[in-house]
Amino acid sequence: MENRPEELVQIKASPKKPKLTLQEVRQRLSAASGKKYWRSLEELVDEPGFEELLENEFPAGAVEYQNDGVSRRNFMKLMGASMALAGMTACTRQPDEPIVPYVKQPEELIPGIPKFFATTMPFPTGAIPLLVKSNEFRPTKIEGNPQHPASHGATDVFAQASILDLYDPDRSQASSYRGEHRNWGDFHTAIDQYKVKAAASGGAGLRFLSETVTSPTLASQIQAVLKKFPAAKWYQWEPINRDSARASSQTLFGQYAEPVYKFEAANVVLSLDADFLSGSHFPGFVRYSRDFIARRKLNTDAPMNRLYVVESFSTTTGALSDNRLPMRASDIVPFAAILAGMLGGGSGAATQGISAEEQKFLEALAKDLKANPGASIVIAGDQQAPELHVLAAQINQALGNVGKTIVYSDTVELVPSDQPGGLRQLVGDMNAGKIDLLVILEGNPVYTAPVDLDFQTAMSKVATNIHLSCYRNETTRFSQWHIHGTHYLESWSDARAYDGTCSIVQPLIAPLYAGRTAHEIVALFSDNPDTTPYDALTGYWRQNGKTSGDFDSNFRKWLHDGLIPNTASAAKSLSPRGGASSVQPLDKNAIEVVFRPDPTIYDGRYTNNAWLQECPKPVLRLEWDNAAMMSLDTAATKGFNQEDIVRITVDGRTIEAPVMIVYGMPNNSITLHLGYGRAFAGRVGNGYGFNAYAIRSSKTPWIAKVDKIEKTGDTYKLAIVQNFTLIDAQGKKEYESRSVQGSEALRRDLIRVASYDEFKKNPHFAHDEYYLEDPKPHETLYTPYDYSKGYQWGMAIDMNSCVGCNACVIACQAENNSPVVGKEQVKIGRDMKWLRIDAYFTGDLHNPRAFFQPMLCQHCENAPCEPVCPVGATTHTPEGINMMVYNRCVGTRYCLNNCPYKVRRFNFLLFSDYETASLKPLRNPDVTVRSRGVMEKCTFCIQRINAARIQAEVEEVHLQQSDPNAKRTIRDGEVVTACQQACPTEAIVFGDINDANSRVAKAKGQPRNYGALTDINTRPRTTYIANVINPNMEIGDRTGAPGKSYITTGAES
Amino acid sequence: MATHGLTDLPPSQRPYLTDPPVIAPGHTFASVTEKIMRTVLTGRTPLGWIGGVLLAFGIVNILMLAFGYLFWKGTGIWGVTQPVGWGFAIVNFVWWIGIGHAGTLISAILLLLKQSWRTSINRAAEAMTLFAVMCAGMFPLVHTGRPWLACYWLFPIPLTMGVWPQFRSPLIWDVFAVSTYFTVSLLFWFTGLIPDLATLRDHAKYRITKTIYGVLAMGWRGSARHWARYETAYLLLAGLSTPLVLSVHTVVSWDFAVSVIPGWHTTIFPPYFVAGAIYSGFAMVLTLMIPIRAAYGMKDFITMRHLQNMAKVMLATGLIVAYGYFMEAFMAWYSGNRFELYTFKNRAFGPMGYFYWFLITCNIALPQLLWLRGFRNSPVLLWIMSIIVNTGMWLERFVIVVTSLHRDFLPSSWGTYKATRWDYATYVGTLGFFTMMFLLFIRVLPMISIFEVRALLPQSRINSLAQENLQ
Repeated sequence: MENRPEELVQIKASPKKPKLTLQEVRQRLSAASGKKYWRSLEELVDEPGFEELLENEFPAGAVEYQNDGVSRRNFMKLMGASMALAGMTACTRQPDEPIVPYVKQPEELIPGIPKFFATTMPFPTGAIPLLVKSNEFRPTKIEGNPQHPASHGATDVFAQASILDLYDPDRSQASSYRGEHRNWGDFHTAIDQYKVKAAASGGAGLRFLSETVTSPTLASQIQAVLKKFPAAKWYQWEPINRDSARASSQTLFGQYAEPVYKFEAANVVLSLDADFLSGSHFPGFVRYSRDFIARRKLNTDAPMNRLYVVESFSTTTGALSDNRLPMRASDIVPFAAILAGMLGGGSGAATQGISAEEQKFLEALAKDLKANPGASIVIAGDQQAPELHVLAAQINQALGNVGKTIVYSDTVELVPSDQPGGLRQLVGDMNAGKIDLLVILEGNPVYTAPVDLDFQTAMSKVATNIHLSCYRNETTRFSQWHIHGTHYLESWSDARAYDGTCSIVQPLIAPLYAGRTAHEIVALFSDNPDTTPYDALTGYWRQNGKTSGDFDSNFRKWLHDGLIPNTASAAKSLSPRGGASSVQPLDKNAIEVVFRPDPTIYDGRYTNNAWLQECPKPVLRLEWDNAAMMSLDTAATKGFNQEDIVRITVDGRTIEAPVMIVYGMPNNSITLHLGYGRAFAGRVGNGYGFNAYAIRSSKTPWIAKVDKIEKTGDTYKLAIVQNFTLIDAQGKKEYESRSVQGSEALRRDLIRVASYDEFKKNPHFAHDEYYLEDPKPHETLYTPYDYSKGYQWGMAIDMNSCVGCNACVIACQAENNSPVVGKEQVKIGRDMKWLRIDAYFTGDLHNPRAFFQPMLCQHCENAPCEPVCPVGATTHTPEGINMMVYNRCVGTRYCLNNCPYKVRRFNFLLFSDYETASLKPLRNPDVTVRSRGVMEKCTFCIQRINAARIQAEVEEVHLQQSDPNAKRTIRDGEVVTACQQACPTEAIVFGDINDANSRVAKAKGQPRNYGALTDINTRPRTTYIANVINPNMEIGDRTGAPGKSYITTGAES
Repeated sequence: MATHGLTDLPPSQRPYLTDPPVIAPGHTFASVTEKIMRTVLTGRTPLGWIGGVLLAFGIVNILMLAFGYLFWKGTGIWGVTQPVGWGFAIVNFVWWIGIGHAGTLISAILLLLKQSWRTSINRAAEAMTLFAVMCAGMFPLVHTGRPWLACYWLFPIPLTMGVWPQFRSPLIWDVFAVSTYFTVSLLFWFTGLIPDLATLRDHAKYRITKTIYGVLAMGWRGSARHWARYETAYLLLAGLSTPLVLSVHTVVSWDFAVSVIPGWHTTIFPPYFVAGAIYSGFAMVLTLMIPIRAAYGMKDFITMRHLQNMAKVMLATGLIVAYGYFMEAFMAWYSGNRFELYTFKNRAFGPMGYFYWFLITCNIALPQLLWLRGFRNSPVLLWIMSIIVNTGMWLERFVIVVTSLHRDFLPSSWGTYKATRWDYATYVGTLGFFTMMFLLFIRVLPMISIFEVRALLPQSRINSLAQENLQ
């Protein structure tokens, strides 16, 4: 086209047009929505000043095509697309809030090459620092931030699954007042009016109820508001609120403080009902599990640590402990008191009422602890009584651990408080009618508040309730105002990790539905009601940042690195007071119920997250429900079978839940996980599970006595992924209390285990003659393939490091677009996850050991699945990867049958969701979304391998421009599979086994390295590092490995 | 008990001190032709037949519905899952193919072995084979996840993506085996039909009937030259079919034997499956022939001799199958292989153990009754036994497929299998299809080979199997 821009300027400008500004345009459009929006747009087009405005805004674009003046039609054509994208939101340009990408910053965005941005996921026990992968400016995958000390690059299940919440189609997309749609401007006006009214009384009727606030900015904003309204109050409430720990620190130190542990320095760890190895419900889990496991990898000179666990449930911590004692939660405090007496801390307590087994345990434990002064840690569980925390602190003091393996520092929340007491006070005020405005910032108190407080009724006595939340949940129904919130991936904020280190939460995408953050709501009450979160954030850190130099460049660095330096909590030098602690003992035959945070649903906030609903709970392998979990004997004594629905009465309130028998639980103790039984969670979560909050009162929030438990006569099917049924149940003495699966796993050499002493004597124990022999590689008629050249991908999984937390499982699901199939399909066995963590119970099922084996495609060099596919849809690459060609697969499922590891997953029905629009941006664009009738399995993240290969080849081309012989190979560590990247304990190592210096080659070179089922000559590329356990033989070992005389007492031959 | 001598009784009432006759005495060429032809060239279709066809057709509709829903939703409507990736579909496939083998054995192998008693059952048995193979052939196609692609990608036509099928896979061998089997059986059966079609053409009353049979009879005039060529062709085809009896089910057994799964990976499968196929095939022939000979009055041609011979073959193959079971159990122990031993223990004593014991009862225990002459002499009891054997053989495939898969190498993957209504609907649907095809066959084609039975008569002076007409 020869038209030059200048020649085309024929806009018929009428004289003296009123000038329109962008601000006016915004205003005109902001009030409109839907049809009204388009109508206003049309009106605007006719407006004389608009063309000029357009021309000024988009000069080149708008004019170039208009050789006949700006016609309305052409304008609509051009602008239609971009306006449509602006859509419901006013067509605003993003204000200048620069977000800073982390590592790979190409000069222009290359579609297909992702960028990574550092941010943080706020979490009540401590934020998880993240790097989020952004494809074409939308977040698609969450990874950890390797630079941050709180995680060293790992994540947990909640962080991995949180991205699904961003795109959840059930999210609230609009604000409302009494059910009618309102926008922010209306809310702003309402609060302005309230502020004027409330100024007189100093805000006497104003209350803020938030979740645990770990954001320094938000805390300071709220405190500024409280200064403005001195009679207003702010309460924090979460159902999993660490109240025992907080109350105990007041008793011990007269102030709020939190212990921070240094596991790498501990030789002996005693966990008193503290599940610190299975998930972020324990503060600092990601870092602690790494530090703890570092002393069990046996790749340094440091001796192996020893873990004693006394617990009232079957957790992963207990499963991999060296010595374990199941004990009712109510009995652990007296137990600890006796221990404290033996170690010199606290006052001695009488040693009556404990059994011989417990006595033996205590003596050996005390001896071990005393032998390691200053190198031990005693932890009390958060769902235990405060007295246990006091005892634990006293024991730690007596053992000299304070300052060495434990330091006390500030709590992770900025303003620690007595949360249950505060809530009680708030509800009292609400019921008395004293409150005219209650601002609920996130959370769901109607569902989670203690049932005796009856928060729902209290809300009805408040004049106006405002609820900020991402979902229209139980609390929203009783609130007048609902402000739809933002997910952390779309917000500006900040958050503290477990050790106090602050990081900035930076958005990866503009709020999808124009939601609001707590910062904006609180700001409305302040003197600067229009403060944006970004300004609040920068304002706070400008004042409080402890780094010298120019703020702006510091801020950029903080965004880039993902952490703010010098913000870790300083150690406080505190010594605990002495004094006796005791609790009311529980009768031996009474049954207790223990409330615990759900390992995948937490407190109910993730009920609508399909990945987490379908994530098997560690050790239990239960999905989609909770259950009344009890031991074998308790169920047998009461005559309950698994899946019988029982009615549990606590203090006059009842709940009905199905029985689930969990091996290793103490007798007369029932555990209920919180977070289920909701009716307003969304399409995913509604109707699953049973609401344990219905019997959770503020008097006994964690451990309560069961008044009555009886069968209702109904049953309820539970979706348990691994079939734990015993063959030969009661009656056949040999199998009475053994798991056939676990015994078989040991017999089939899937699990190879030795004690630490034996390992030191015989490092090659994993290849003893006792085990099935691996066929020699060249014992074949055929010419074997030459795998010595090029990259050969392989993986090593350290069984000793796996804590069974499931972070890798969800990471794989997120990375590879794996579908969720729903409870009915899971019950049939059609779970679609490519990676699973198998749990094998061995030994006596009243107190078993459990081994965790992550199982994924082994990429066998001699894969049984390859020769049986009739269409050749599964083949082998020269680099050793067993490929799955989705478009060739016709679905005969012979490969599924022939895989001895059963890692292949088949799309029996159309499991992938092709329809829900909001889930489409979530998917990883580098991985196919599989349709029905197609087989799938782990690919060793071949998309990541190929991305690294492309990068290497491109760089090689550039290098060869100067040096023709230059080579640029993929370096070790450049390809990290999703599972490897997520694992907190670095249990999974992947890389090129032909590279002798790679971590994976070194791992496979270890004497403990073995493959699963290698005797059938599959030659798997995924190998395992055998377990080493360190039981205190004075107590004995509970592994029950058959035939291994050096490891057990009472082993079967 | 009888006080008078045996020869005083009329021929039809004499208790035979030797085997019963192959053909009832007193027939001539004309009577044989007439009797057999009457079922085809009759103006009056029996009401029972119409009722039967309508019922079978109704069941075929269920089959169509089952397939329709299957293609609409996917194989997930069945009970297949992880780890049991194959269920009813493959069990039925193997069962139907197995049944087909009896027909070919009767037609081809017994011909080559000069067992002329085969002549009255071979036509129906071969038809049974064809229909059984048709039923069987549906399953490997529809049980795939994407049958619209499987229907041509499994054949060696490098159409899309320029790739051949993967020839190392036993499923491709199945494709060749089953298609070969069907083709050869069809040709063999049709060749055998030609002289009879000509007979029908010659006796047909209506022009349209004459034309249709005439076209199919391919101009057969019954001349000596025709007969000479015919016998050669027939023998050649029999020679081609004979190895198929052994090879087809061997290939099908390799679907299992080639895999690594304990319980599948065993070299006894080829002979064991072939024996089992003949076992179930003969049972199915009995199931079909006993009611039909009664309903259509064909007892003269399908005599007790035939039934007893088939019963004896069943007993023999049943014993081979029993040997197979025993060897599996023995080898599981003798091998010392942990996986094999567990698989066997699980098969017999695990959660699905009752299928195994039901199987042993149906396949080994009860068929021992066939040793009793009195048992073999009773058509009703033989018919019941044939149903039992067919049930047992279905269970055998079920036990092999499902119990081996549901608990294999990794204990964490142990699962279970529960058939859904669509599994049953599909299976019953194929039974309906088979019945419908068979009933149609009986109506439009002579169910007994007319010219071959005529060869049994003494008048034919070909062989002396027929009883002299004792007056």
